[in-house]
Amino acid sequence: MRICHLPSAICHDEQQIILLARVTGTLVATQKHRKLEGAKLLFVQPLTLEDTPRGPELLAVDGVGAGVHEKVLIVLEGRSASDAIGQKMAPVDAAIVGIVDRVDLS
Amino acid sequence: MQLGRVIGNVVLTLKNDTLDGVTLLLVQPLSSSREPVGRVIVAADSVGAGVGEHVFFVRGKEASFPFYPVEVPADAGIVGIVDQWHIG
Repeated sequence: MRICHLPSAICHDEQQIILLARVTGTLVATQKHRKLEGAKLLFVQPLTLEDTPRGPELLAVDGVGAGVHEKVLIVLEGRSASDAIGQKMAPVDAAIVGIVDRVDLS
Repeated sequence: MQLGRVIGNVVLTLKNDTLDGVTLLLVQPLSSSREPVGRVIVAADSVGAGVGEHVFFVRGKEASFPFYPVEVPADAGIVGIVDQWHIG
C-alpha cells in the first residue's frame, strides 16, 4: 500500500520517505553533535496500514512533542528531518513530524 | 538514526585528503533490546566515541554534515554517545 504521494522516482514502495510509526521508547544522550542539542530522541517502529511492524526500528528526532505509545508520522530524509528540529544541516536522517489522530482507509 | 555499539577502530595511512583527522570506528548496529542487527559498519566519528560505548549514528549523506564545509566521503557517521535508553 502506497502511503507517500511524492513522485515514484523519489518515493517508491521499497523506500518510502514518509511513514506511519509507533513510538516505542526514549533515549538519553548527553554528548552529541551540537546541532542536536536540545533535540529529543525517540525509538520508533515503522508500521503498515494494518498497524503491524514494518522493517527495523529507528531512532528519530522529535519535532512535535510525541510520547511513548503514540502513533506518529515520520520522515526519512535529511533535509526534512533537520527542518523538523529547526536546524539547517543537522546530521539527522529521521524525524517525527506529526502525531496521528486517526487514519481513514476507504 | 540507529543505535549501535563501537567494537573497534580502523587505521588508515593512505586515504582521501578529506579524511585527514577523521576517526573511523567499527560499529555493530543494535536493536533497542541490545540484539545485533545487520552487519558491522565503518562510521566517521564526530563526537569522540570510544570502543565499548553505545552510540547512535546517521546513514546517508547526512553522515558528512558534522564535518561541513569539508565534504567527507562517509555514508555513516556517529553523532551521539548514548547514556541510557528506555523502552515501553
